[in-house]
Amino acid sequence: MVSRLGFLGVIARVFVWAFLLGLAVVVLYPLLWMVLNGFKTNAELFGDPFALPVDWSFDNYRKAWNRGVSGYLTTSVLVTVTSTVATVFVSAWAAYGLTRVDIPFNKTVTAVILGGLMLAPTVALVPLVKMFQAMGLYNSFWALLILYTAFRIPFTTFLIRAYMIDLPREVDEAAEMDGAGRWTAFWRITLPMCKPIITSTVLLHILFTWNEYLFAMVFTSGSGVQTLPVGLTSLMSKHGTEFPVVFAGMVIAAVPVVLLFFFGQRYIVRGLADGIGK
Amino acid sequence: MPVRAIVRRTLGLAWVVPALVLVGVFVYLPLAQNLGFSTLEWDIYSGSQEFVGLDNYRRLLDDPVFWSSFGDNLLYAVISIVFQVFGALVLAALVESVRSERWRRSLRAIYFLPSAISLTVAGLLFYFIYEPNLGPLNHLLRAVGLEQFTQAWLGQESTAMYAIIAMSQWQGFGYSVLLFAVAIQRIPSEIYGAAAIDGVGPIRRFVHVTLPLVREMTGLMAIVTISGAFQVFNEVMVMTGGGPNNSTQVLGTWLYRSGFVRNNFGYAAAIATVLFVITLGVAMAQLWVTRRRRVEW
Repeated sequence: MVSRLGFLGVIARVFVWAFLLGLAVVVLYPLLWMVLNGFKTNAELFGDPFALPVDWSFDNYRKAWNRGVSGYLTTSVLVTVTSTVATVFVSAWAAYGLTRVDIPFNKTVTAVILGGLMLAPTVALVPLVKMFQAMGLYNSFWALLILYTAFRIPFTTFLIRAYMIDLPREVDEAAEMDGAGRWTAFWRITLPMCKPIITSTVLLHILFTWNEYLFAMVFTSGSGVQTLPVGLTSLMSKHGTEFPVVFAGMVIAAVPVVLLFFFGQRYIVRGLADGIGK
Repeated sequence: MPVRAIVRRTLGLAWVVPALVLVGVFVYLPLAQNLGFSTLEWDIYSGSQEFVGLDNYRRLLDDPVFWSSFGDNLLYAVISIVFQVFGALVLAALVESVRSERWRRSLRAIYFLPSAISLTVAGLLFYFIYEPNLGPLNHLLRAVGLEQFTQAWLGQESTAMYAIIAMSQWQGFGYSVLLFAVAIQRIPSEIYGAAAIDGVGPIRRFVHVTLPLVREMTGLMAIVTISGAFQVFNEVMVMTGGGPNNSTQVLGTWLYRSGFVRNNFGYAAAIATVLFVITLGVAMAQLWVTRRRRVEW
């Protein structure tokens, strides 16, 4: 980009940089403060909030781990992995059916599945609680698995379908000519071609499940079935006087998704952009 | 059509049945049930149900907390539009004007970071930041001589809602910046080149080139932001639970409290219906925007 850099231009550039970097500090400092507090003692925390920890010990992390975080983490991993697999496969199947298979009422089916995007989970809360109580699945791992899968199918199908529409049809048609069934064509040809969008949907689903709070809070109460977001609030209410332990728990909850974002940034951005724009 | 072809087509439905059943049973069905529930006087503990028609909706209109919750959602929406739509758009343009690709990438990633961590972690973090005694915010104010501005940010009605909204701007603006950056990158560089040759300065370039070309994304972001503002739940539950004195209740938390704390399922269902109407209306607006895209290339 060419622009004339006069005196005013230089001043403007300095201001822009100061603003952008200042904002970066405003974003990063609270996160850094959180990590540092995980290493402090209560006395240090109450003394000077800006001081560095005196002794870099992992004591608080160990305490947090033993006071339930290990269990919350296990549940979170379990729910995240199972619901990601379920959501992505069910959605990919649906997307394949909608774009590659000649099915009756295609338009209606598409509208019904994608229409789910418009519905807010809060609205369905009361009936869902009654429903899961009646099924005996209230306060269980299954409640979260089913809800996370069902409520994310519309978005995930939307993304995969949009990608499949743009793929050339000749390849899978040729495969069918060769006598490969639809099932084989789906697994061997279409799904591998969709790898980039599958990666995006997997990462976005992990981000969603790992951080979800509304369903997790309403549908689970026992410690064996609570995920990290809800578990952290119980850690807070049970050990709320030992703040550094709570901070350690927060860091344990945050680190996996931050790493995920750094390694999968390209795919996450692509998924988000396609999800909102297409 | 021969029978075999009909059978074949029908068998094809197997591909979409799992998705249809899951969405139908767990997304659409509860929605329909909710409408029915909202006409009941329903105590969960005694199990008594009585049809009361539109009584729950009438009570809603007379409930000051319902209106203040609605107002808080509205406030959330307005402030988020200012910062996460228009603020983020200007910010994205500034970031994209940086020459070094590595810096652009780093800034976008840093700004997005709070969006990756959960609202629960962010909410708890700011609960501590706002804490009147140990919190760094009050410490900072004292350190720079603004002692008179120190306060119990989340503990008093006048500041609590703003404190929560401020946290959510911190948490969410990077997400919008990222999406606007993608939209700006999609503008063909020849257009900017032509503007530069014509001697158009950066501000006019933003107003006359960038702004019109990211109009669709701006519309979508505004809609998504409004929809999100009416579904707020997590940060309020974590930071104040709706207090002090219901001053930070939003529709989501008031629904939760009415149904699961005050055991009035019918009333909670009526609030849910209001939320349904609002979010559906907003979603319709989104469909309308995406259907009539103005600028294509």
